[in-house]
Amino acid sequence: MKVLIFAEQRGGKVKKASLEALSAGRQLADATSGSVAAVILGLGIGGQAPGLAKFGADAVYVGDDAIFEKYSADVYGLGVGKAAQVFGADVLLFAASAMGKDLAPRVAARLDIGLLSDVTSFTMDGAIPVFTRPIYSGKAFSTVAPKAGKPFAVSLRPNVFPAVEKAGSGQVVPLEHGASASDVKAVVKEILTAEGGLLDVAEANVIVSGGRGMKGPENFKILEDLAKEVGGAVGASRAAVDSGWIGHSHQVGQTGKVVSPALYFAFGISGAIQHLAGMSSSKVIVAVNKDPEAPIFKVATYGIVGDLFEVVPLLTQAVKDLKAKG
Amino acid sequence: MNILVFVKHVPDTETRVKVAPDGLRLDLSEANWVMSPYDEYAVEEALKLKEKLGGEVTAITAGNEESVKTLRTALAMGADKAVLCADGAFEGGDAAGTARVLAAAARKIPFDLILAGKHGVGDDNQQVGSLAAQLLGIPAVTVVTGLEVNGQDLVCKREIEGGTEVVAATTPALITCQKGLNEPRYPSLKGIMAAKKKEVATWKAADLGLDPGSVGAAGAAFEVRKLELPPPRPAGKVLSGELPDQVKELVRLLREEAKAI
Repeated sequence: MKVLIFAEQRGGKVKKASLEALSAGRQLADATSGSVAAVILGLGIGGQAPGLAKFGADAVYVGDDAIFEKYSADVYGLGVGKAAQVFGADVLLFAASAMGKDLAPRVAARLDIGLLSDVTSFTMDGAIPVFTRPIYSGKAFSTVAPKAGKPFAVSLRPNVFPAVEKAGSGQVVPLEHGASASDVKAVVKEILTAEGGLLDVAEANVIVSGGRGMKGPENFKILEDLAKEVGGAVGASRAAVDSGWIGHSHQVGQTGKVVSPALYFAFGISGAIQHLAGMSSSKVIVAVNKDPEAPIFKVATYGIVGDLFEVVPLLTQAVKDLKAKG
Repeated sequence: MNILVFVKHVPDTETRVKVAPDGLRLDLSEANWVMSPYDEYAVEEALKLKEKLGGEVTAITAGNEESVKTLRTALAMGADKAVLCADGAFEGGDAAGTARVLAAAARKIPFDLILAGKHGVGDDNQQVGSLAAQLLGIPAVTVVTGLEVNGQDLVCKREIEGGTEVVAATTPALITCQKGLNEPRYPSLKGIMAAKKKEVATWKAADLGLDPGSVGAAGAAFEVRKLELPPPRPAGKVLSGELPDQVKELVRLLREEAKAI
């Protein structure tokens, strides 16, 4: 199969989730004696091609043009669609990031091909790739196969597939995209960074979440301190968000973000079904709650029944000590 | 400003899902069905814009006869009209099939703006709005938490990782709505009574000029091999002893057993 990966860059840096997609693409191509190409769009991004070759790209279509300086799904869709046609892609892979989720359906509709969102694993059934994705925010998993003979697109959940270095031949091909200013209908004017450039729960390997047990917005500071020590992001349950203690972008669960980090801390979160759906595919779960009957303990790898206001500072200090020892 | 709102009838988020005996579908017979939560933000935003700028709000859904309940909710909140796109040919369809139906319906009604939820709870595709916009040849701005309308100009705020993008677009356009955009109103008793008298049109594939082969199971790009519940998590350890010792033990386990820190 010929697999094309959209390599998303922000500020000239390729996203880790795109390298994960590239590695998955390499695996898919190797299983089918195929080849892998990446397409990267932006301004002044020509130097990114060798980095993409290192993670498996045999060809890199580079759209280095002022028209791609600011993200616009209209012209990015044109560019990726063009690369898919030139390469003759059988499969298009996107990271299921904010940009990937916005762009992938625009490309799929442009090419009139199917799209699978937020895939978390795949296997081969002979020459046919079979994909699994969560539905109902992870309350169930759906395994599907593409109908024969037609190209298709897939977006892959970040943080699930490993990014593995495996050299591809990395031939650089300038992309003849044909996009012009009149194609731009909606465009990013400005990006407002969250206070302190905080890590987003959707991209974090470690998440430190608080719920109703946090009792108020001022107490999230102790979670931020712990998150800083473990290199994680601060998450929250719907109860904490709806109480106005923390912004919705931190919400984990069925009406927030569905996450699969390596390590998830749940402090003062009882574990409503909507929250469990959003985080129970985390590799390791630590729950701290005063109520020994809280449903969160049913999914926890390690549990402490106790007061989070005692546990969190002790834990932050213990992690600090551990790091000091090296 | 004439606004179309795409809505979807879904099992509520309390639903405990079960797999049907054939292993290919979910048994949702015990679910409580509601308007998809993100669609409530779309209906609310449409009503706020109508109150400010005038025009008509039309709620549209692609579904079955049951989906009319979600249209009634939109009407009770204050939408003027509703369209139910329902046909046996739509069954078993994917996001692309739904988008083809909704785009075909949108072509029959003059509009300035289309609003939709950022995704339909359940299938979790987050595709239909963007697919429909592409089919209609209009821009889409997705996952929007702030919207300003000045004549034909739209300024949208959308959530991205660790920040917010400010996106400019002009009507006609499609916007998908995220929590934080507004506080959806509850239907009033008066609204619920009025909704019963409002018109709900029903359109079939032929009314929409759709080839039955392009929608429903026939038009789907993928086939379901199986549906399953997530594997149960292995039983965890609840620690015991004095709290400071528990924390020490937790850190040791995270480092040595789980290798997570």
